Amino acid sequence: MNIVVCVKYVPDATGDRSFEADNTVDRVGVDGLLSELDEYAVEQALQLKEKRSDEEITVTALTIGPEKAVDAVRKALQMGADKAVHVQDEAIAGSDAIATSLVLAEAVKKANGGAVPEVVMCGLASTDASMSVVPAMLAERLGLPQVTQASVVETQGDQVRIKRDGDTATEVIGGTMPLVLSVTDQSGEARYPSFKGIMAAKKKPLETWSLADLGVEPAQVGLSVAWSQVEDTAPRPPRTAGEIVKDEDGSGAVALAGFLASKKFI
Amino acid sequence: MSEVLVLIDHVGGEVKKPTYELLTLAARLGTPSAVFIGDPGQAAGAAEKVKAYGAEKVYAIDDAQIKGYLVAPKAEALQQLAAQVAPAAVLLPSSAENKEVAGRLAIKLESGLITDAVDIADGGVTTQSVFAGGFTATAKVTKGTPIITVKPNSAAPVESAAAGSVEQFAVTISDAAKTAQIVAAQPRKASGRPELTEAAIVVSGGRGTGGDFTAVEGLADALGAAVGASRAAVDSGWIPHTFQVGQTGKTVSPQLYVANGISGAIQHRAGMQTSKTIVAVNKDEEAPMFELVDFGVVGDLHTVLPALTEEINKRKG
Ligand SMILES: Cc1cc2nc3c(=O)[nH]c(=O)nc-3n(C[C@H](O)[C@H](O)[C@H](O)COP(=O)(O)OP(=O)(O)OC[C@H]3O[C@@H](n4cnc5c(N)ncnc54)[C@H](O)[C@@H]3O)c2cc1C
Ligand SMILES: Nc1ncnc2c1ncn2[C@@H]1O[C@H](COP(=O)(O)O)[C@@H](O)[C@H]1O
Repeated sequence: MNIVVCVKYVPDATGDRSFEADNTVDRVGVDGLLSELDEYAVEQALQLKEKRSDEEITVTALTIGPEKAVDAVRKALQMGADKAVHVQDEAIAGSDAIATSLVLAEAVKKANGGAVPEVVMCGLASTDASMSVVPAMLAERLGLPQVTQASVVETQGDQVRIKRDGDTATEVIGGTMPLVLSVTDQSGEARYPSFKGIMAAKKKPLETWSLADLGVEPAQVGLSVAWSQVEDTAPRPPRTAGEIVKDEDGSGAVALAGFLASKKFI
Repeated sequence: MSEVLVLIDHVGGEVKKPTYELLTLAARLGTPSAVFIGDPGQAAGAAEKVKAYGAEKVYAIDDAQIKGYLVAPKAEALQQLAAQVAPAAVLLPSSAENKEVAGRLAIKLESGLITDAVDIADGGVTTQSVFAGGFTATAKVTKGTPIITVKPNSAAPVESAAAGSVEQFAVTISDAAKTAQIVAAQPRKASGRPELTEAAIVVSGGRGTGGDFTAVEGLADALGAAVGASRAAVDSGWIPHTFQVGQTGKTVSPQLYVANGISGAIQHRAGMQTSKTIVAVNKDEEAPMFELVDFGVVGDLHTVLPALTEEINKRKG
């Protein structure tokens, strides 16, 4: 069985994130890392492999991104993935989710010798763009079922069952492999790379592919052909400093009630 | 004017408020037509509701082949409707599921997609809040039929009487779309409080509650508010994940957000930073949450909240 896990390299959320002049996310001038939410996807891919130890399972980590994005798949290798693919091409810069899903779909297939793998594993959302749409788009492009936003994943043979917090109900969803699976941060702590894992990762296969390797035309991707364009970005105006009071013998509650009343909340 | 399709947000035929907000925004782009995917017997009732907010037509799609499955059949149904109507845009309420429906629909229609808009102006320019609410971006779909998901509380619904004439629309769902099956569903227990994402007031509790949400709930009820929580409270098992506000929980944008015993980590702020008025109670005056507030109380929530609740109830008389 083969599992391809899609991981994204994102700007560090605790650092200063910004936009380039063309309104694309600055991915080069800032510190980045493997998206925390995709660590959960790597973890679930590894757990799947460990739980089915009687089968031969290969976990391939796949990322699309600039040169530094290789750090994302390196970390996945350190955690325990078997091999990695980094798709890097000047033309990809500024791609929207639609183009990203196109490139991912081709790369997922190529990483698996041209066919769809049994499981394409994704995170809940990328922590920068945070659209949570790439897994659905990938499923659409690959013609696969999507079993998304799982907090619990169970498999038996080619059957997959997940639990998820739906919009109005807690649901159990079933699907048959091959499929696209995405997992949330409720699915279980992601492991830290061990020293042994870090050493082993250095010897694991890591390939870099261009668009040409995937048979994707540069004209199909990138900022200029995005199906939607960001017109403008602006930092949110800072909130004006509010009033802060210290509670002493119940004075805080009275002051707060006064504030809420002045705003007509009571 | 061309039609603008608005997917009705409903539970068992009961139309939810975001639908009216979307119809109001849709009127800026064309003539709103509502789309009801559900039990055919409930379509007329839903139409009665949406026609008061400008829906000229209501397309009723029987969900017999849709409801037992995840996402893909809904996307197929909307694709078929869009092919017939050739709408100026398709608007969906931003929920986890609808964003995925929109993603699949965008690929099918070869159209641009914008998610989590908080406003749509004439000409289809959307406003979004990005980077944990730290930035505002305006954007526009430049290819195909704009597909836009819109967050709850993005517009004040404007009443506008329209015909609301119901048209049945028959869809054919492929077997390929019926591959992710809903095996079991446990509807959430009604709390009697407003829906978290739609509420005008949200009162949240974090690790500082120490696991006792009584004071938070008491205040919520005095204010007619929904209850929310930080991930720390959820991870501690004090409250179910569906109450979590933040990057990996719900995004809320109420008139008033009251954060109690929540430090204000960036991932939490991502879910509440766009609230109109923000209030916090925290015993640490250095808590980052205080950087966001309009009014803050440095104090112990276990004494401040019950006293506040009592004060509110007293004022309400
Ligand atoms: C990938 C990722 C996604 C995440 N997603 C989310 C998310 O969606 N939502 C979310 O909330 N977090 C999320 N987090 C976690 C986030 O980083 C914080 O850990 C979390 O928000 C902290 O919760 P807290 O403020 O309740 O707890 P703490 O940070 O421990 O803060 C508790 C606060 O309570 C105060 N306090 C203690 N006792 C009292 C008292 N008696 N009275 C008054 N105040 C008191 C303390 O002074 C402190 O400020 C995410 C993290 C990651 C890595
Ligand atoms: N550039 C990328 N490279 C690899 N995987 C990605 C990329 N962008 C998105 N993904 C995957 O898609 C998921 C959802 O991303 P998004 O739709 O951008 O929120 C992520 O958690 C990843 O698993």
